[in-house]
Amino acid sequence: MKPFQNVKSIVTPLDKVNVDTDQIIPKQFLKLVQKSGFGKFLFYNWRYDENENLKSDFVLNDSKYDGSKILVAGDNFGCGSSREHAVWALDDYGFSVIISSSFADIFFSNCFKNGILPISLESKMVEKLLRNTNSIEVDLKNQLIKTSSENISFEINSHKKKILLEGLDDIAQTFQFEDKISEFEEKSTIPSVL
Amino acid sequence: MGNTLFEKIWESHIVVEKQNEPALIYIDRHLVHEVTSPQAFDGLRMNNRQVRRPDLTIATMDHNVPTSNRSLPILDQTSAVQIKTLENNCKDFGIKLFDINSPNQGIVHVIGPQLGITLPGSTIVCGDSHTSTHGAFGALALGIGTSEVEHVLASQTLWLEKPKTFEVRVEGKRNNPHAVTAKDIILSIIKNIGTAGGTGTVIEYRGEGITDLSMDQRMTICNMSIEGGARAGLIAPDEKTFDYLRGREYTPKNYETLVDSWKENLKTDSDATFDKKFILNINDIAPQVSWGTNPGMTCDVDEPIPSPDKFSNGDVNQKKGAEKALEYMDLKSGTMIEDIKIDRVFIGSCTNARLEDLIESSKIVQGEKVASNVNAMVVPGSQMVKKQAEEMGLDKIFIDANFEWREAGCSMCLGMNPDILSPGERCASTSNRNFEGRQGNGGRTHLVSPVMAAAAAINGHFVDVRKLDLK
Repeated sequence: MKPFQNVKSIVTPLDKVNVDTDQIIPKQFLKLVQKSGFGKFLFYNWRYDENENLKSDFVLNDSKYDGSKILVAGDNFGCGSSREHAVWALDDYGFSVIISSSFADIFFSNCFKNGILPISLESKMVEKLLRNTNSIEVDLKNQLIKTSSENISFEINSHKKKILLEGLDDIAQTFQFEDKISEFEEKSTIPSVL
Repeated sequence: MGNTLFEKIWESHIVVEKQNEPALIYIDRHLVHEVTSPQAFDGLRMNNRQVRRPDLTIATMDHNVPTSNRSLPILDQTSAVQIKTLENNCKDFGIKLFDINSPNQGIVHVIGPQLGITLPGSTIVCGDSHTSTHGAFGALALGIGTSEVEHVLASQTLWLEKPKTFEVRVEGKRNNPHAVTAKDIILSIIKNIGTAGGTGTVIEYRGEGITDLSMDQRMTICNMSIEGGARAGLIAPDEKTFDYLRGREYTPKNYETLVDSWKENLKTDSDATFDKKFILNINDIAPQVSWGTNPGMTCDVDEPIPSPDKFSNGDVNQKKGAEKALEYMDLKSGTMIEDIKIDRVFIGSCTNARLEDLIESSKIVQGEKVASNVNAMVVPGSQMVKKQAEEMGLDKIFIDANFEWREAGCSMCLGMNPDILSPGERCASTSNRNFEGRQGNGGRTHLVSPVMAAAAAINGHFVDVRKLDLK
C-alpha cells in the first residue's frame, strides 16, 4: 500500500446524510474481478442519466471540483453493504480523504486497507467545510486540517495513523505473530468444518 | 463485575492484545462468496500466500446466480466469469465449495446454520454485511471487506478494535405473533435507534420478546443489526439453539460435549453492564412498512407517512433526507400506508427466505390469486429450504396463486442477477435495504415481513395483516 502523503486540494461538498455504499458504487459494477477501474462508476446513478450523459446538477460533474482529492459529506457516510468496491471507486476517482461527522464501521475499516484517510469531525465543522470554497490541506502527521482561516485538529487512532503513514501491509504485520496464532490453534476447542 | 456474552466470546478469541491498539482475533469460520472474494484470492497469489485453514472455510455462490432454470448457461457473461472465478479459486486453494448445482447451495447466511457450520460461541466472518445473521446462534459474526477476507484467508485472524456493548431488550408479548413478526420487531428497533444508532457496537438482543422467537425468527432479528449500524448482533443460545443445530450435516461429532460447555459459558452475567441500552415493548406494536430510502424511514401499517418535519425531529439534514426520499419514492406525507399500490412482490433474501417465512406467507396465499396488476416471486433462501417447502406442498400454493417459484439466491434483494425492478416500479419486499436503486435503478422498495408481502401481493396494495384471521 502506498504511504499516505499530505493532501492539498479544494473540497468536493456532497451535502447528503446516510450516503450508502449502494450509491457510492451500484451493484452492477460489483461483478468485476479486479480492484482497478471503478472510478468511472463512482456515484453512477447520481452522476449519469439513463442515457449515460452527465447530470448537470450533481456536484462531481461541476468542473469547479475537477482534481479535488477531498470529499466532504454528511452523517453516517458509507453505510450498508460491506463492498470494498466503494473505497476502490473513491480511490480510483482520485479521492484520498473523506470527511464526515460519522462513518459506518465496515466502510471506515475498508478505507485504511486502501490508503484512504476517513476523518470524523463535529457536525458544525463538517457544515463549515461543506461551504469552504478555497483549497485546504490535510496533514496526517500533525492531525490537522489547514484552511485559509484556521487549523482544525482531528482524532485518529495511533495504530491506524501508523498504517497509513507507513503504507504497511497488514498481512505481513500479522505473520510476525505466526507463533501466537499456532499456539492459539493448539488450544482452540472449535472443531473444523470438514 | 461480570461480562457480557460478547465480551466472553471476544476474550476467548484473542491471539494478540496490546494496550490501545486493535487486538488480533482468531476466526473460527470463514464463509466466502463470489462477489467479494476474487480480489482477495488474487492478493494471495501475488504474494505467494496460501489459505491457512481451508478446513475452517466454506464457499458458495449466491449474489449473482440466476434463480431461473439452472440447466441453462448463465447469460450474463460478467456474472458467469465471477462464478467461474470462485470455482477456480476454491479448487486452487482447497476450499469446500457448494456450487450452483449443489443441493446445499443457497444464500451464505441461510446455508451456514442449516448445515451446522454456524456454532455458538464461535467467531464467524464473511465478506458480506449481513453476516450478523449468524449471531442468532450466540456467535460473534462480522461482515468484512475484501482486504479483510484476504487477511483471514492468509492468517485465519483479524485485527479488530473492541466494539462497545449495546443491550437491546425486547419486552412483552405480541397479541398476534402470526401478524406481527420478527421483521416488525427489528424494523421497530431500527426506527427507534436510527440507522447509525448501533455504530461501533455489538448488540445483544435480550428479553422475553427475543427468547420467545424461533431460530428462523431470531436470524431475521440479527440479520438486520447492520441496518441499525451495529458491527454485529447476537442472542444468547438456549435449548432452541442447541436443538436446531443437532444432527445437521456438518454438526461436530462431539456436539453434546460442546453443548454442555456452551450452556455453562455462553450467557451474559447478571452483574454485567452494557455501554448502551434500548428497551422496546412489543405488546402493542404493529406490522411495519418502510416508506423512504433507508430502513429507519419506517412506520406502522395503520399510520400515514410522516411529514419530513415530524420525521426529522428538528434535524435539518434528516429533514432534507426525508424530503429527498419522498421525492424518490413518489410518495406524499399524509398518505395512508394501506392506500399505497404496488407493482411487484419479492419474498426472499437472507432476512426472510427461510422455511418458516415461506410457511407463514403461504397461509395468506392459499386459495387466493395475486392481484392482476402485480408480479410476485418467491426465492427460497437455499436449495434445501426450497426442497423442504416443496415437500410440504408450499410451491404448489404459491404457483397456483400465480407467484413465480424460483431457485435459491440473493436475487432481487440487490439485483445483481436478472431479477430487478424497472424504473418507477414499486415493490413490497421482505429484504433488508430500501436504498435508492438497490433492487434496480429507479425502483422503489418497501420493506415488510413475509406475511405483509404476501397480503400485498393478493390485494395489490398494503393491508394490515392483523385484520386477517392468521394462525
